[in-house]
Amino acid sequence: MWYYAARRILMSIPIALGVTVVCYALVLLAPGDPIQSLLPPDASPEDAAYLRKVYGFDKPIPIQYLLWLQRALSGDLGISLQTNRPVMLEVLNALSNTFVISVGAVLLAFSLAFILGTIAAYHIGKPADRIATGVAVVGVSVPNYWLGIVLVIVFAVKLGVLPATGMGTSGSASFSIFDWNQAKYAVLPILTMSLVPLGIIMRTTRSAVAEVLNNDFVQMLRAKGLGPLAVLRHAIWNALPQVLTVMGLQLGYLVGGSILVETIFTWPGTGFLMSKAILTRDVPVLQGAILVLSLTFVTINLMVDLLQTAVDPRIKRA
Amino acid sequence: MTDVSAFRLPLFRRKREAREVRGYWASVVNRLRYDYVTLFFLTIILAIILLAIFAPLLAPFDPTKTSMAYRMKPVGFRNFILGTDELGRDMLSRLLWGGRTSLMMGLVPVAAAMVIGGLLGVIAGFRGGWVNSAIMRTMDVFYAFPSVLLAVAISGTLGGGSKNGMIALTLVFIPSICRVAESATTQVRGLDFVEAARASGASTMSIIWHHILGNVLGPVFIFASSLISVSILLGSGLSFLGLGVEPPTPDWGLMLSTLRAGIYVQPLVCALPGVAIFITSLSFNLVSDGLRQAMDVKA
Repeated sequence: MWYYAARRILMSIPIALGVTVVCYALVLLAPGDPIQSLLPPDASPEDAAYLRKVYGFDKPIPIQYLLWLQRALSGDLGISLQTNRPVMLEVLNALSNTFVISVGAVLLAFSLAFILGTIAAYHIGKPADRIATGVAVVGVSVPNYWLGIVLVIVFAVKLGVLPATGMGTSGSASFSIFDWNQAKYAVLPILTMSLVPLGIIMRTTRSAVAEVLNNDFVQMLRAKGLGPLAVLRHAIWNALPQVLTVMGLQLGYLVGGSILVETIFTWPGTGFLMSKAILTRDVPVLQGAILVLSLTFVTINLMVDLLQTAVDPRIKRA
Repeated sequence: MTDVSAFRLPLFRRKREAREVRGYWASVVNRLRYDYVTLFFLTIILAIILLAIFAPLLAPFDPTKTSMAYRMKPVGFRNFILGTDELGRDMLSRLLWGGRTSLMMGLVPVAAAMVIGGLLGVIAGFRGGWVNSAIMRTMDVFYAFPSVLLAVAISGTLGGGSKNGMIALTLVFIPSICRVAESATTQVRGLDFVEAARASGASTMSIIWHHILGNVLGPVFIFASSLISVSILLGSGLSFLGLGVEPPTPDWGLMLSTLRAGIYVQPLVCALPGVAIFITSLSFNLVSDGLRQAMDVKA
C-alpha cells in the first residue's frame, strides 16, 4: 500500500506540471499582446517596456514559462488589475468560500443519494426504484443556473424566508456556518449545487449496492433468516468505498465548477471571482484562479485515490 | 459498472427467439421496440430537432424585432402565444430560433470531439508504446481540469462568441472520448482475429477499418451520446455567463441570462428558456441510457 501511495503521489507531479503549462498557454492563446492584457488600458509605452522586461517577455517562451512557474511556486501570481491586490490573496480568500458551499452540497447530496440509492437497489425494477432513478436523471438534466433562479423566486421572493444573494453583512471575513444569521445565505447555493452530485451519487449507490446484493453471501444471510435491514447493513458496508470515491470526485467537480451557481447567488467564491475577472478582462486573476482551482482538483483526486486504497484493501493496484 | 436491471424476458419469448436468428442491429431494434420510455423521449428529441430546423417557417414573428410598447407581456398576450421578453421580442419565435443555436452547441462539439478524440484514441490504442504514452499522458493533463472550469478557461481567454464556445466544448470532451476509444482499441487489438488478419497479410489500415473500428464505434458512440446533454447544459451555461452566443442571436442560455431582470415581473415567461433546456437535456439523457441498454455496451 505504501508503495502504491508513493507511486501515485509521484505520478501526479507531471500532471500538475502539465496543468501549469496549460494555464500559462491560456494567456498566450488570448488574442492580443499578453503585456497589453496585463496592463491597464491607459499605461504608457515605458511602463509596457518595463513590464515586458520584469515579466521576461523579451525571452523565449520556454524560459518565460519557467520564470512564471518559479514566481507562481513562491506564491506570486501577480497583481489584480482591478483591485491592485495580490492575486494569490484574492483567490485563496475566495477558495475558502467556495469550499463552504461545495462541501455542504456534497454532504447534502451524499446523505440523500445514499438513502435513495439503497432503496432503489433493494427494490430494483419496482416503482420505488423507478422513482428514485427518475429523481437522479432529473438531477443531472436540470440546468442548475436555472434552478437557482427558480429557488430564489420561491424562497426569497414569494416566501421571503431566505436571502436571495450575497453572503450576509459580515462578508467572508468571519463567516461561520454555525451561525444561522450567516448560514442562511448558504442554504440556496448549497441546495442548487447539490442536485448534480445527488443524481450521480444516487446512480453509483444503486448499482454498487445492487451488485453486492447479487452475491452468494447475501443469499446466505437471507437463508439464515436476517431481515431486510440487517441484510442491507452488510451490503452498504461493501458498497461504501466505491460510493465515497465518487463523492470525493464530485467534490472536486463542484469546487472547480462553482462559477454558474456563484454567479447567480453572487456568492464571493472563486467562481464569482472568475466571472468578474472575465467581464473586466482581469487576466492575472483569471489565470491565477484557474491555476489554483485545477491544482486543487488534482490534489482532491489524489487524496480520494489514496483514501480509497487505505479504506478498501480489496483494491489491488498495479 | 454492471447493470443488473436488464430485464429478463419471460420463458416463452426466449424460446421463440432461440429459433429466430437475429443479427446484432435487429436485436437492438427489437429491444428498443419494447422500451417505451426511450421511444417516447426519442420522439421528443425528433420533434425538437424538427422545430429547430423549420424555425424560420414556424416562428410567427421576427425573433430579433424589438418593440418598446410590448415589453414583458404575459403568456397568451394578443398574438404573443408565450409572451414577450424584456425588449418586447416574441418569446415563441425566440425559443424556436434559440433551439437552433442551443442544439448546435449540444451536437457540434460532441460530434467534433467524437471524430478527433476517437481517432486519437484508436491511434494510441493500436500503436501502443510511446505513441500511446504521449497521447494518453497529454489527455491526462486536460482530464485534470473540471469540465466547467476548462470550458470557462478556454472561452474566457479566447473571448466570447459561439465559435469559441464550440471550440472550448470540443476540447473539453476530447480527453474522455479518447480514453473510451483507447481502452476499447487496446482490448480488441490483442484478440485472435486481429492476429489472424495480420497473419493473412492485411495492412494496418485495413485491420483498423475492418476489425477495430466496428468494435470501437459502439462504446464511443454511446459515451458520446451521453455527453450531448452535458454539452447543451454547458453551452447554455457559457452563454449565460456571457461567454457563448453573442446577444442579438437567440439562444436559450443567453435568454435565461437576459431575462433575469424580469423575474419579478413575469416569472413564468422568464422560466421558459430553462424549461426548454431541461426538456432537451433530459430527453438526450434518457435516450442515451436506453440506447446503452439496447446496444448492451458497458461503458
